[in-house]
Amino acid sequence: MSKFKKKKGGDLPAISTASLPDIVFMLLFFFMVATVMRDSTLMVTNTLPAADQVQKLDKKDRIMYIYAGKPSSRYQDKYGTQARIQLNDKFATVEEVGAFILAERAAKREELQNVLTTALKVDGETKMGLVSDIKQELRKVNALKLNYTTRMGAYNQNLN
Amino acid sequence: MPRRAAPEVNAGSMADIAFLLLIFFLVTTTIETDSGINRKLPPMEELEDPPVIRERNIFTVLINKNNQLLVEEELADIKELRSLAMAFLDNGGGQNEEACNYCQGSKDSDSSDNPQKAIISLKNDRETSYKMYIAVQNELVAAYNELRNREFALLNPMSGITYTEAEKRYNDPRTSAEEKEKLGPKLDEVKNRFPQKLSEAEPNKSN
Repeated sequence: MSKFKKKKGGDLPAISTASLPDIVFMLLFFFMVATVMRDSTLMVTNTLPAADQVQKLDKKDRIMYIYAGKPSSRYQDKYGTQARIQLNDKFATVEEVGAFILAERAAKREELQNVLTTALKVDGETKMGLVSDIKQELRKVNALKLNYTTRMGAYNQNLN
Repeated sequence: MPRRAAPEVNAGSMADIAFLLLIFFLVTTTIETDSGINRKLPPMEELEDPPVIRERNIFTVLINKNNQLLVEEELADIKELRSLAMAFLDNGGGQNEEACNYCQGSKDSDSSDNPQKAIISLKNDRETSYKMYIAVQNELVAAYNELRNREFALLNPMSGITYTEAEKRYNDPRTSAEEKEKLGPKLDEVKNRFPQKLSEAEPNKSN
C-alpha cells in the first residue's frame, strides 16, 4: 500500500496545438499590413534621387504614375540600354504619355479629375532631356500638377 | 528511479500572447507612402504680353551637361546654392512702395527689390542628369522653406512648430477640419511673404 501512486506510462503528453491558428493568423495579419501593393511590375531600373524638402503623397487614388529609366537587365537584350518610359506594364514612347494621361483621367471618378497629380518616378541616372519631354507632353494635356518622387536623403547623395 | 511524465503545458494564454504581438506590429509598422517635391507646370498657352521684369529681380540658375552650376553668371558649387538663393530672396532692396519691411537681407541695389517680385529662373541642359536637377530643386525649395520657417516663427512665436511641420499637418488627411481652418490663414500669410516663384525654361539642345 503506497501513498504515492505511480503514474503510468513514460510517454509525453501531446502538446496542444489549439493556438496554432492564432499564430498563423498573426503572421498573416502582419504581412498584410506591412506589404505595399505595387500595381505594376517595374521594367526599368528605378533608383530614385534623394531629397529632403519633400511633401507626402497621400491618397493613392488621385495619383498617376509614370516611370522612367534604363530597362532592367532582363529587358536590355530587347530594348537596349537607353532610358525609356514605362506606363502601366509596358514601355512607351514620349508621344504616348498624353494619351495615357487622358485615359487615366477618364478612368477616375469625376470629382477627382481636377485634382490628379502625376508622380514621376524617374531613375537618378536619366538625362533631363527625357524628363523635359515628359513634362512638355503633360503640359499639352493640361496635367500640370507634378510630383518628382524621391527617397529621403540629403541632396549631396546625388552628387557622385 | 521512475521516469516522470512531463506535465501538460497550458496553452490557453497562447492566443493572448499572439494578439499582443499582433497589436504591437500593427501599431509600430507604418505603411510606406511616397514622397517627393511637388511642382506645378505652367499652362501651355503663352501670355499675350509678358510682364516686364527687372533684371535684378531674376536669379538665374543654369545647369550644364556636365552637371556644373552657373548661378547669376558665376560658376558656383551646389553647397552655396541655398545661401545664395536665400540672400537673393531676402534682399529687400526696393524703395518706397516696393520696400520690404520684414526682409533681413543686405538691401543690395543689384539684387531683388522684394520677395514678391523675386523670381528664380532655372534652366538645364538636355544632358543634365536627373539626380543633379533634383538636388538643385531641393536646394531651391529649401531656401524658400528656411525663409518661410523664419517668418512663421516670427508671426506665431507660441506655436512651437515650424512652417514645414505646419504645412505637413495641413496636408495630412488625418488632421481635423477645425485645425486646418486655424492653420490655413497662418500658412497663407507666410506664403504671401515669400511666394514660391520658380520659373523653368525649356532646356536647350546640347551641342
